[in-house]
Amino acid sequence: MRTVEPLPVRSAGAVALIALGLGWLALVVVLPLAVVFTEALRRGAGAALAALSQPDALAAVRMTLLVAAISVPLNTVFGVAAAWAVAKFRFRGKGLLVTLIDLPFSMSPVVSGLVWVLLFGANGWFGPMLQASGVKIVFAVPGLVLATVLVTLPFVARELIPLMQEQGVDEEAAAVTLGADGWTVFRRVTLPNIRWGLLYGVLLCNARAMGEFGAVSVVSGHVRGLTETLPLHVEALYNDYDTVGAFAVASLLAGLALVTLAAKTALERRDAHPGGA
Amino acid sequence: MQGLSRRDALATIGGAGLGVTLAGHAQAQASAGALLNVSYDATREFYRDVNGAFAAAWKTRTGQDVTIRQSHGGSGAQARSVIDGLEADVVSLALAYDIDQIASRGLLAPNWQSRLPQNSSPYTSTIVFLVRKGNPKQIRDWGDLTRPGVQVITPNPKTSGGARWNFLAAYGYGYRKGGDTAARKFVAELYSRTPVLDTGARGATNTFARRGLGDVLLAWENEAFLSIADAGPGRFEIVTPSVSILAEPAVAVVDKVVDRHGTRALAEAYLRFLYTDEGQALAAKHYLRPRSAKAIAPYRDRLPRMPLFTIDNFGGWAKAQKTFFADGGVFDQIYKPG
Repeated sequence: MRTVEPLPVRSAGAVALIALGLGWLALVVVLPLAVVFTEALRRGAGAALAALSQPDALAAVRMTLLVAAISVPLNTVFGVAAAWAVAKFRFRGKGLLVTLIDLPFSMSPVVSGLVWVLLFGANGWFGPMLQASGVKIVFAVPGLVLATVLVTLPFVARELIPLMQEQGVDEEAAAVTLGADGWTVFRRVTLPNIRWGLLYGVLLCNARAMGEFGAVSVVSGHVRGLTETLPLHVEALYNDYDTVGAFAVASLLAGLALVTLAAKTALERRDAHPGGA
Repeated sequence: MQGLSRRDALATIGGAGLGVTLAGHAQAQASAGALLNVSYDATREFYRDVNGAFAAAWKTRTGQDVTIRQSHGGSGAQARSVIDGLEADVVSLALAYDIDQIASRGLLAPNWQSRLPQNSSPYTSTIVFLVRKGNPKQIRDWGDLTRPGVQVITPNPKTSGGARWNFLAAYGYGYRKGGDTAARKFVAELYSRTPVLDTGARGATNTFARRGLGDVLLAWENEAFLSIADAGPGRFEIVTPSVSILAEPAVAVVDKVVDRHGTRALAEAYLRFLYTDEGQALAAKHYLRPRSAKAIAPYRDRLPRMPLFTIDNFGGWAKAQKTFFADGGVFDQIYKPG
């Protein structure tokens, strides 16, 4: 990849523009983040830790990890398959597939949750059937997973499609002429080429899966210790007048976001210096 | 959740992949002695205490451990979730009408309200005003709410049970002044002074107490006391109006769910516990008005006697809901957002 050196800053206008940009960032990103951690520690680290070790908080942590552990692999497999199909092959309906992949980005998360209630709720299309067989989807783990899968569906595919399109099919074609079968081509040629982009997509997908609020709120039922994820638990604690608890759990979420960010930065560094990989 | 074993996770993974999943979670929990109580906003702290006390009493009586799970939200929204399949063994909602809605879908018997004493309403409350310290706008009674420059915070009666009690309390005050005409004029005036309508009582309380919006909050009496306790002394005051409404939150066992879970005996004992001396004392402790005279006596200074009209003055909930809160009803006619 060709790197372009940024121009040195010369004019006062440029300095003002940079100051404006940094000031804006401080206002809308740094300040809220600082508030989260300050509020969490308002009564000391002990109180924050105590809030995090409540059984309901631990249950919310487990639920968030479980939901992410199911949704992210599903969307990774789907995203790689979809990107591979879109970028490397010609077929009818490709435009439609790309539009469908993008759809969850433009849908309100509330809708992404409500559709599952309308499908699998007691009065939904499949409700009576599910109830007769004792299967629970909404207000249970599967509903939380479905809502999360729908919301996070585009992340991996969207990350990979432009990358794979840019890489073209030359290397794959060469492998095929040398006698490799489809699986070998994918494993030995395509996958190594996309690995950093793939990891980046998985990270973003995971961050959103853990942080999603709207869609899971609709399908959760808000049962303490049973169907609450971390973002839902933050809201519940805030409404309980437990400000320290709410912000302690929120800072845990913010911490996850910061870890994601650090991992992403590390990946970008690697990407920028392919020799170091 | 104690039981998030690897097996559950695997079952869910397999299930999510196929679009179906294995049941068994709720059932397994039920047999270990577990209930889900789906409740409204203003009872969070109360039921936390009740659940602990009931679990102890149940353990003494039967030797069985019991876990009671809670879900809280706007009363109407909670009823909707139960209708959509949230497996509540018991519901404890802000008004009987919301439980009627669940009953109308066949989840519990239509005569549910006569199965427990006092219309299945073990505690009551009323609607009072919460104002800022020193009562800067000098709000003493309902009439003061429509004075120029007064902003009123109340949630949305379409989604919140407390908000419907608020609306009816205001309407009842107006009605006493001059019948339906005066009442409509009064509520129209009042709701033209609401900068925002939250979906639930707790949201409205946060808007008033934490975000600092408005001059007066129309609140459940217990919610008003809780926000004073939360904010610390000297920030808010409670104003008791000359007349208000007897708000009767209601409780019921959800027949279809307890029969499926096999938890009927436990669920009935749980609701009966609310009527015991211990349950009634806990209600009074959390600023609800217990039915028992003995339980309320020590708290008379903060839960004063006041003239209260009831939902029966409006012809019962079915009629009141249709007249006031249904689409195109009085509320829709008088309320203009923005």
